[in-house]
Amino acid sequence: MAKIIREHIHTLLEKGMRQDKRGLLEFRKDISVEYGISPKSAEGSARVRIGETEVVAGIKMAIAEPYPDQKDRGTIMVGVELSPFANNSFESGPPSTESIELARVVDRGIRESGAMDFRKLCIKEGEKVWQVFIDIYPINDAGNLRDASSLAALAALKDAKFPEYDKKTFEIDYKKLTSKNISLEDEPIEVTVIKIKDDYLVDPSVEEEEWLDARLTVAFLKDGDICAMQKGGNGMLSTEDINKMIDIAQDKVIVLRKAL
Amino acid sequence: MGELFFEERNIVVPGDKLAMGMDYLPAGGAFRDGECIRSKVLGILGINGRVLKVIPLKSQYRPRPNDMVIGKITDMTNSVWFAKIDSFRDGVLTVREVPEYIGDGDDLSQYYNFGDYVLAKVLNVNSTNAGLTMKGPGLRKLSGGRIIEVNSAKVPRVIGKAGSMISAIKEKTGCRVIVGQNGLVWIQGEPEHEFVAVEAIKLINEKGHLQGLTELVSEFIDKKMKNVSKKETEEKPKVEEKQVTQEKKSDKDDEEEQPKRRAVGRKASKKVAKRSKK
Repeated sequence: MAKIIREHIHTLLEKGMRQDKRGLLEFRKDISVEYGISPKSAEGSARVRIGETEVVAGIKMAIAEPYPDQKDRGTIMVGVELSPFANNSFESGPPSTESIELARVVDRGIRESGAMDFRKLCIKEGEKVWQVFIDIYPINDAGNLRDASSLAALAALKDAKFPEYDKKTFEIDYKKLTSKNISLEDEPIEVTVIKIKDDYLVDPSVEEEEWLDARLTVAFLKDGDICAMQKGGNGMLSTEDINKMIDIAQDKVIVLRKAL
Repeated sequence: MGELFFEERNIVVPGDKLAMGMDYLPAGGAFRDGECIRSKVLGILGINGRVLKVIPLKSQYRPRPNDMVIGKITDMTNSVWFAKIDSFRDGVLTVREVPEYIGDGDDLSQYYNFGDYVLAKVLNVNSTNAGLTMKGPGLRKLSGGRIIEVNSAKVPRVIGKAGSMISAIKEKTGCRVIVGQNGLVWIQGEPEHEFVAVEAIKLINEKGHLQGLTELVSEFIDKKMKNVSKKETEEKPKVEEKQVTQEKKSDKDDEEEQPKRRAVGRKASKKVAKRSKK
């Protein structure tokens, strides 16, 4: 909450510059995705780095009873843990508002894209379905956890393999993974565009995130269709703002898709 | 005579046997373990006659009296401000230790508010706190500029022998720089120059353990500043030309596929043009 940092961001923005010399609509250069970083303990895993930001995602699968209104569908659950080692402003303990929001935004991106066919996760209608847990752990927060988390979740889903399941004893052998993937029909990726004063920025740093007026996270499918959105921050966005921000995000999603 | 296992300026890790025998003496970063002397930290070995010391590569800041530190106000009561000084000890600034007159029942946030950065001096240190004072030449609330962090073990490198490094950075970039002993550095100057100073200090933070650092850094700054001054002296029409070509390019790309994006591209570049006119 330091005033001089806000002033510094504003004075630089007036000249069209950012604190780390990047352009306003420029992602950090080193974006990488690593698959299968934890093959022993998770059914699927991935690590995403955007600059110094690092996020690890893991997929665990369990068998559960379906919801009574969706008897033939499996479920997914997204959890984000913002632990203090990622950023010292995070606190351990019960999930914070930010971590819940982040988890829900990632969840929505995947759910609403229709990329996963939940009917395929059904084992026996009304009794047993696969439950897919997507756990996201930011290792280092150097800004833009949103985009990194959504990318990590998608990469981990792509990496995931079903564990061996014994239909007679109803037991899962997590040590043996089958070759069956979770079939993904699309690849939803989220891009966040923030607004500070009258400027739009992508891939914000921690300081910029702290002082943003408003942000818009947009999830895109492979063909560029929008499947989910989330607005944050205290500032207002006009229709014109939103249209512009969507266009910027649509432009930038290519950068993230390339890393996949 | 004892035996020495390392040479001067070697990198040693905790537990490394540095020397054998009772003639050698441990200093900072080293300790005696029976017959031998071992390293306590990851760092560089310094040998001064019979005295062995290890200069750590990274360390936590430990406040000491008379240190100049940069702190961030994080809390206040009705007579005390608390400042984060990137240490396990919090900085405590009482109303008695500020130059301003503070009346009874005054709102302290009108003097130093949450999130303000202050340049203060450490008065005294106890087990939980470090007492700060704002009374002294140059001590003040910082306004403008930006703050970057370096490891507190690298602060002596940033300052240099008798301030040689820091004055070289100031002179060459024309920025105002204040280095707090706790590893916070305040920089203020022209944006382009500021970037050079920030990069130079980050370079010191990374390569502070190397020899010939001063030359390395001043070469680095000279190179960067040349680019900056080149940019500044470049005629403005040239810059605009570049933008125009960029605009054309993006228009071409867009026409083929996404007509929606074109509109934004144009508006965005118009904005840039407006900016450069200013």
